[in-house]
Amino acid sequence: MTGAATGDRLYQLAVTGFALVIPGLLALIAIAIGVAAWPAFSTAGLSFITSSEWNVQAGKFGAAPAIYGTLVSSFIALALATPLAVGVAIFLSEIAPKWLRQPVAFLVDLLAAIPSVVYGLWGIFFLVPMLRDHVVPFLRDTLHLGGTPLFSGPAYGPSMLAAGVILAIMALPYISAVTREVLLAVPRSQRDAALALGATKWEMIRDAVVPYARSGIIGGVILGLGRALGETMAVTMVIGNRPEISASLLAPGYTMASLIANEFTEATSDLHLSALMAVGAVLFVVTLIVNGIARWLVWRVASGPRA
Amino acid sequence: MSALRRRKAGNIVMLSLTYVASVLATLPLLFILFHLLQKGASTVSPDFFTHMPRPVGEAGGGMSNAIVGTLILIGIAGAIGLPVGIGAGLYLAEKRTGALAMTVRFLSDVLNGLPSIVLGIFAWQFLVRPFGNFSALAGGIALGAMMIPLVTRTTEEMIRLVPNSLREAALALGYPRWRTSLSVILRTALPGIVTGALVAIARIAGETAPLLFTAFGNQFWSTALREPIAALPLQIFAYAISPYDEWHAQAWAGALVLIVIVLVISLAARHVTRARFGSSTD
Amino acid sequence: MIQPVDEDAPERPRLATRELSAFFGRSRVVSNVTLGFRDQEVTAIIGPSGCGKSTLLRCLNRMHETVPGASATGIVTLDGTDIYAAGVDPIAVRRHVGMVFQRPTPFPTMSIRDNVTAGLKILGRHAPRGADAEDVVEGALRHAALWDEVKDRLGESAIALSGGQQQRLCIARALAIRPQVILLDEPTASLDPLSTQKVEELVYQLKQDIAVVIVTHNMQQAARVSDRTAFLLMGDLVETAPTNTLFTAPRDPRTEAYITGRFG
Repeated sequence: MTGAATGDRLYQLAVTGFALVIPGLLALIAIAIGVAAWPAFSTAGLSFITSSEWNVQAGKFGAAPAIYGTLVSSFIALALATPLAVGVAIFLSEIAPKWLRQPVAFLVDLLAAIPSVVYGLWGIFFLVPMLRDHVVPFLRDTLHLGGTPLFSGPAYGPSMLAAGVILAIMALPYISAVTREVLLAVPRSQRDAALALGATKWEMIRDAVVPYARSGIIGGVILGLGRALGETMAVTMVIGNRPEISASLLAPGYTMASLIANEFTEATSDLHLSALMAVGAVLFVVTLIVNGIARWLVWRVASGPRA
Repeated sequence: MSALRRRKAGNIVMLSLTYVASVLATLPLLFILFHLLQKGASTVSPDFFTHMPRPVGEAGGGMSNAIVGTLILIGIAGAIGLPVGIGAGLYLAEKRTGALAMTVRFLSDVLNGLPSIVLGIFAWQFLVRPFGNFSALAGGIALGAMMIPLVTRTTEEMIRLVPNSLREAALALGYPRWRTSLSVILRTALPGIVTGALVAIARIAGETAPLLFTAFGNQFWSTALREPIAALPLQIFAYAISPYDEWHAQAWAGALVLIVIVLVISLAARHVTRARFGSSTD
Repeated sequence: MIQPVDEDAPERPRLATRELSAFFGRSRVVSNVTLGFRDQEVTAIIGPSGCGKSTLLRCLNRMHETVPGASATGIVTLDGTDIYAAGVDPIAVRRHVGMVFQRPTPFPTMSIRDNVTAGLKILGRHAPRGADAEDVVEGALRHAALWDEVKDRLGESAIALSGGQQQRLCIARALAIRPQVILLDEPTASLDPLSTQKVEELVYQLKQDIAVVIVTHNMQQAARVSDRTAFLLMGDLVETAPTNTLFTAPRDPRTEAYITGRFG
């Protein structure tokens, strides 16, 4: 009898211990990065996030270009990926014939399995040249967008646009998987109600299904945003890595993650290291907030309709 | 009637657009796989798996050190991620709504959403900086930390699928709680947990960012855990951004091998799940 | 042209079925039902659960076929036209034959007002606007006996309403597109007795203008609200008669067994 009780106690102790690893690990990460980042924050103050001057020799560390680049590349990614991902999800949950659903869902899900570095490799040797040689001329000459600041200046290849496109491809499976799930969670009665009013299938999707799943879809998009913000390798390989803010999407840029990836092993001064840790800390906090919002929105749909 | 015709036309247009979206969404995958085969297949030979990298200018050579390095890193990551993840998953499945369980569940999601590069600098700060050198151990631990939330989540979900009646039956037979959990519940949920573990391994096998400042990469043969170690993704990265065509070819070959490894693990994961559902119908 | 199908009734019914059968895959759930539904009349369809009464109802506005694998054979006429004929659009049919479901199905992201006009908004630029739209909303809500309860909060979410109010809102939504027939599929199954009573009073009001078909497993309800009752058993139409007759002097022994509570 005592044997069983001891066993139970040991077991309970073990699993609780394992569970506690997770908060412990996160606390350790937050403290380690916070402490390491502190010198940079206290030296640069608010200019750390507002200044555009990132000069290692001069000891000036303004992360604004990297923060800007992270936001812009992720925004391009969402703008491209969201309509496609929602389209695929609608196709898979409402329209596709049964035999087609599994294979298409499998192919789209597979996009999430491709390692980031492979996306980067493909980006360097295929996507970047294709954008430069075909897409940019098309945008400029056929659509006459060359005059707008967004598409002005020389197009060497590696650019904010390339980073945005590759991030779009990478975020797509996440957005579409969540969207598909929340669409499937819409009760059949909502669809019936719309059809009984004489709605066509599209009107049913537009007026009943999508509004019902709205906040879950937004949650999926924000989850995709979380992925895009923290993505490192593929972006580092195609964005051009130049710490400047340019209005043109064809100009090279930088992101927080690629800044860390590029400079970390070469950082020699303590302040430089601390500045990179500080970039990591900003990235940590931003993704934390973004993911928190996403989880909350998806959870809201999962827990049924609301006002 | 014209209003109806217009609405029906809109219906067809919009529904067709979802077809277009689906084609567009699957195109990148097909392109990537096509390019990998086109550019990588010719370089992948038995030599690729058994030979070391050669210097610039010499054709041929392989990535044997990187392939072994990746396997070692996966091994270390699994040794950390699996027990912690499964243990935490057991805890969450049994406690469900306790305050600590809710917190752990939430923080597990947070950890899962953490950019992998952040885990990299964290591991550097703790496991590289104090010792003064990059190491396989630091890389494996960073990857292990990535695995924890993935394994925790699937373990909890799979254990919750086990009917409570099974637990009660075992307890009624006089099994102590811990043996019920480990030899009845965990065993029943095992195929699902194996699937989750394989999915997690597939995800970390291709990770590069956390290894940049931990495992670091190594041009030479090394299996020492306290030394820098080569890894397939790191090697692909180094070769891809190099200016040499021979190395580009090696990068494509490495990418092809990496993706085959990842796909094989992913398919194995699906197979385990299917086998489970196949056998649980009766 | 279709002949009148109900021997008891002299004038042609608004909606009628002839030899109607419904299937899920290969299994037949409604068999050769021939039945008519007239204006200013409430027809109740009763029977034990699983007898096919909801499926029969869903065939009357071609909602049945929206379930994967479902199909129907036979004829259903609306004003003499077969709604299953080639070239007839189910979308157009559903605008003439409205439907309300077992559980209230308000659109949760829309306000009360928008729920009422949801069926009209689908029409896009043909939808009523401004004052016209307000008239439609008021008319439909009054018709559904809900106006007085919600007139001060039309902009609020429909989810804030009680279950009974939600169900009447769904009836108002169905009425707003001015159907000729309204189908009620166990409309009070999920409501409390007080809300049930309100909906039943409403059913009585509705038949002043249009044909009403109500499916119910509650025989007392059928007796209270309907003029004619049809008894369905395992997909077969056993008997149809004026409600009083059916409940007091059923012709078929199976009907008698059911209404006296010997099964179901």
